[in-house]
Amino acid sequence: MHLTLNVWRQKNASVKGKLVRYEADDINPDMSFLEMLDVVNWQLIGKGEEPIAFEHDCREGICGSCGMMINGVAHGPRPATATCQLHMRHFKDGDTIYIEPWRSRAFPVLKDLVVDRSAFDRIIQAGGYISVSTGSAPEANSVLVTKQNSDLAMDAAACIGCGACVAACPNGSASLFTSAKISHLALLPQGQPEREGRVIKMVEAMDREGFGNCTMHRECEAVCPKAISVNFIARMNREYLRSLLKGEGLP
Amino acid sequence: MELNPKIPSGPIEQSWDRHRSEMKLVNPANKRKHTIIMVGSGLAGASAAASLAELGYQVLCFCYQDSPRRAHSIAAQGGINAAKNYRNDGDSVYRLFYDTVKGGDFRSREANVYRLAQLSVNIIDQCAAQGVPFAREYSGLLDNRSFGGAQVSRTFYARGQTGQQLLLGAYQALERQIHAGQVKMYPRTEMLDLVIIDHCARGIVARNLLTGKIESYVADAVVLATGGYANVFYLSTNAKNSNATAIWRAYKRGAAFANPCFTQIHPTCIPVSGHYQSKLTLMSESLRNDGRIWVPKQKDDKRPAIQILMPERDYYLERRYPSFGNLVPRDVASRAAKEVCDEGRGVGAHGLGVYLDFAEAIKASGVAVIREKYGNLFEMYERITAENPYEVPMRIYPAVHYTMGGLWVDYNLMSTITGLFVIGEANFSDHGANRLGASALMQGLADGYFILPYTLSDYLATAKLDKAPLDHPAFHESEGQVAGRVKKLLSIKGKRTADSIHQELGKLLWNNCGMVRTKRDLQHALEKIPEIREEFWRNVNVLGVDDEINQALEKAGRVADFLELAEVMCLDALERAESCGCHFREEFQTPDGEAQRDDEHFCHVSAWEYAGEQGKPVMHKELLEFEYVTPSQRSYK
Amino acid sequence: MSVDEFSMSAEKRSHWLLSFWRSTVGKKVVMALTGAIGVGYVVAHMLGNLQVFEGAEKINAYAALLKSNLGLLWTARSILIAAVGLHIVAAYQLARTSQKSRPVGYKRWRSVGSDFASRTMRWTGPLLGLFIVYHLLHLTTGAVHPDFVEADVYQNVISGFRVWYVSVIYIVAMLMLALHLYHGAWSMFESLGVNHPKYNRLIRALATILTAIVVAGFIAIPAAVLLGFIS
Ligand SMILES: Cc1cc2nc3c(=O)[nH]c(=O)nc-3n(C[C@H](O)[C@H](O)[C@H](O)COP(=O)(O)OP(=O)(O)OC[C@H]3O[C@@H](n4cnc5c(N)ncnc54)[C@H](O)[C@@H]3O)c2cc1C
Ligand code: HEM
Ligand code: SF4
Ligand code: FES
Repeated sequence: MHLTLNVWRQKNASVKGKLVRYEADDINPDMSFLEMLDVVNWQLIGKGEEPIAFEHDCREGICGSCGMMINGVAHGPRPATATCQLHMRHFKDGDTIYIEPWRSRAFPVLKDLVVDRSAFDRIIQAGGYISVSTGSAPEANSVLVTKQNSDLAMDAAACIGCGACVAACPNGSASLFTSAKISHLALLPQGQPEREGRVIKMVEAMDREGFGNCTMHRECEAVCPKAISVNFIARMNREYLRSLLKGEGLP
Repeated sequence: MELNPKIPSGPIEQSWDRHRSEMKLVNPANKRKHTIIMVGSGLAGASAAASLAELGYQVLCFCYQDSPRRAHSIAAQGGINAAKNYRNDGDSVYRLFYDTVKGGDFRSREANVYRLAQLSVNIIDQCAAQGVPFAREYSGLLDNRSFGGAQVSRTFYARGQTGQQLLLGAYQALERQIHAGQVKMYPRTEMLDLVIIDHCARGIVARNLLTGKIESYVADAVVLATGGYANVFYLSTNAKNSNATAIWRAYKRGAAFANPCFTQIHPTCIPVSGHYQSKLTLMSESLRNDGRIWVPKQKDDKRPAIQILMPERDYYLERRYPSFGNLVPRDVASRAAKEVCDEGRGVGAHGLGVYLDFAEAIKASGVAVIREKYGNLFEMYERITAENPYEVPMRIYPAVHYTMGGLWVDYNLMSTITGLFVIGEANFSDHGANRLGASALMQGLADGYFILPYTLSDYLATAKLDKAPLDHPAFHESEGQVAGRVKKLLSIKGKRTADSIHQELGKLLWNNCGMVRTKRDLQHALEKIPEIREEFWRNVNVLGVDDEINQALEKAGRVADFLELAEVMCLDALERAESCGCHFREEFQTPDGEAQRDDEHFCHVSAWEYAGEQGKPVMHKELLEFEYVTPSQRSYK
Repeated sequence: MSVDEFSMSAEKRSHWLLSFWRSTVGKKVVMALTGAIGVGYVVAHMLGNLQVFEGAEKINAYAALLKSNLGLLWTARSILIAAVGLHIVAAYQLARTSQKSRPVGYKRWRSVGSDFASRTMRWTGPLLGLFIVYHLLHLTTGAVHPDFVEADVYQNVISGFRVWYVSVIYIVAMLMLALHLYHGAWSMFESLGVNHPKYNRLIRALATILTAIVVAGFIAIPAAVLLGFIS
């Protein structure tokens, strides 16, 4: 296959970047999208040009490292598929592909397609945990969790923290990510003691990072590699209101 | 070098408890005065960092990913073992201990394994309390499955994402401590050297991967939780960036490297499709419960699977191992696949694959049942290969998956360098010569949550450490070396990418130090590796600069270390003139082709000591004694 | 005191109403509640207006009734004004937050999840605002109505809509309302956390049907006047 790529190149966080055109030859349809970029990079190095920087690690769709806008869609055209799991057979010979980094004020571009997603870590720091210090846990089967809630919690917990939801959202909102963690913990009996405080603190943290607000476009759900449902956003809103009305976690 | 495993005396059931009560404690008021460096934020590192911070120590935690949540542990699929015996099917701490020692082909330390089995139950309690959404039954109780050929159901799981959920639990505990100011997290920071002052590990030198700055960090103890080195083979199921650099640099500072040749090769991975292949994908072992493995009886039979009739197929595992059939342990299944492919009976474009066929299972129990059990795996397979496993048999081939070898540690998880602890896959671990499924997660978390917090406290309480200043010459010297190496890599400006050299090394290792090893092949590899290394230092091309993100530079540094490590792996494989577990030396097999251990000469851990750039590493032995499980010949016939 | 409690008490917390208003989730709740008041109002307004089809007496009497109790009238008006005001302020602030959240846009962007209605909320909203002003000046105060007759609602509607472009303005505005409600009357439930897999499709369907009815009801009037069904 032959492809024309337009890739965002930006030397570092403080300079301006631009789209640069590359012709990619010898692309095999069985390659993954990242393997295609590997090949392009090998060709670039051969020509003495700096390779394109992009993040990746597991290449199995679970670590959440990879992620780029591919022809205007976060993680590319396949639903529930991370960039590393996207294969070139879903493109046609001669296609032109635009590749851009995630765009969000909270995710500044560091180089080429690499962005800083530490805002997500700070949202978790604000309360995305159950405060159980090592050693203090009760016998696991002494706390029952209905299968239904456990499955639903798992649906939410499947989030890989890739940031595609933010990237795809016309509002640059991190609601899907934040709500997934809030829901995961609120659905479990173990998460109850901190339930009210957690949602308030995490929503505040999300806002502090400068993400936009959710207007239910549902772009996030459509690009999410784990198909996390926007219903969790509604759940977050419900948790927030519940906490506010109960008045806990507040002075 | 003296290898003292410091195994507590007395009955094995009580050793850990007694040892725990005898260890010294650090006065709570003094804990905050101690700083601990934790390199790694995987299951082992995150759990240890969080637990130590909860105790009151100041922890500096490092990882090279942008977030601790992305450590390679995230990729583990199958599950985690624990001797809870919730199924009432006869499991016990002793049985888990026994299975692990036997599965490891009697090359692990009994006391460690026993402790691991004991602690396994606490891990599940801890993780459930953290909100890990383990699979449940309708009763609300935890569900179990049997895994990796175990005869009891002791594996806990969270869909096919157990590692992810366990890691997120530990990550969240870590983030809580970061918020509390107890842990300072250094993401995108790669440790490049260990600093030793007065014979004690006192710090590290690391490179900030964003700015390229080389900086020193000082502490009272250093812990390496940096994972395995399977990527030395280039192609493996490990995350692309997993590497050996941290443990390798520690080795060069004096930490012994134990059993480097023990690498696990997993039988059910998706075969390689081309030279551009960047990594291999594991398909869960559970597939072997229902799928039947076969190849054509004819050589070079290129017909599509469906046209090959029953009598023309060789169900070679069922034929050779009638009682275990397709469920033989990983090492046995992998080797058998290699043999049939070597005979020219492999399937797929490159002939490196065997069929894993679900046709009969689908016929017997219906598509719905199979979909319910394996739907997501089938989907993953189809996504990668564009073949529909409901209609055509899957193709699988073995791939490097895990390294049992690692830095040698004593019972307290301390390496041969005082004050340097090693946990998780990075140490030489409790798995002997072969790891059983669902036991790496267990080991990483046992180390991190429940062992290190005690043993490290004991060390801090008893060690007499002076204040180490950051401007100590040892730091300067090390920073200089690290910077010099970075400069050197950038200045070679040769013709080849680090990847291509890594590929070359990987292929060499796979062919000569892979599933089947021979003296001749290993000697061949030992001749070749220095040549590749030389080629690397003469002809690698690393573009870019050193003061901003430079992934090619990171990669090159890691490959350089792999090029040295590979040599010690081959040395170790050559030295161990027996077959055991995953280490199969063709010269040493039973008449029917099984691994032939030599307990008289090799019932030991081989720990290699660095002997300078020119010297040949020196091998030390830790003799293994088996008081509880008598070594026997594994048989799966 | 554990470190956690310490850091919590150290964070100074503002009054809950303030943090509610400041948070994007809270502000969206305000949008939803004020929007719901709007929805309630347009439904009632539409039903009331349909009395045009029953003749001049009926609708004029209805108008007189509404205006007979000044206290009630102004209470209702105040609530509506406050609701619209809050709705607009919240909309503006949230839109700014979203704008600022992406200082550098994409060269290429393709929608895979949103719909036209959701993407145009920030256009249909302000246009409706302008329309409301026009509508008040047209049929409430009569300032822009050439043939305005005080207290004769029927007459004002008929003569007003006979001017074709006035009818067009109303019809276009109602199409805007259709878009705004198609998304808003559903999304307000999400903002309030009223969501359950069992009822989600029902809520979506009800919002769509409601939108259709309201808009059809409103458009029926200028359409009928233009087509000469009522005079
Ligand atoms: C595909 C796959 C599936 C698996 N499934 C299972 C399973 O089902 N059950 C099971 O028990 N085991 C399984 N395993 C094995 C298991 O996942 C690993 O052995 C285990 O997770 C290793 O954990 P760790 O904490 O030791 O290291 P890792 O998770 O690899 O973490 C290493 C950490 O060290 C950091 N690091 C490394 N070097 C440096 C450096 N130089 N400087 C700074 N930081 C550094 C990294 O950033 C990372 O944070 C699986 C493995 C694979 C590959
Ligand atoms: C007839 C009058 C109006 C009605 C009935 C109405 C109704 C609604 C409703 C029900 C919502 C959904 C709230 C939610 O999702 O929580 C909404 C959202 C919104 N409204 Fe209005 N509204 C009206 C007028 C206006 C005006 C005048 C503006 C302009 C400034 C406006 C701007 C918005 C915006 C920007 C949103 C949020 C958009 C989104 O969710 O994407 N609306 N409206
Ligand atoms: S919610 Fe989905 S898109 Fe957003 S970070 Fe999580 S996995 Fe990625
Ligand atoms: S590289 Fe890990 S999710 Fe894509």
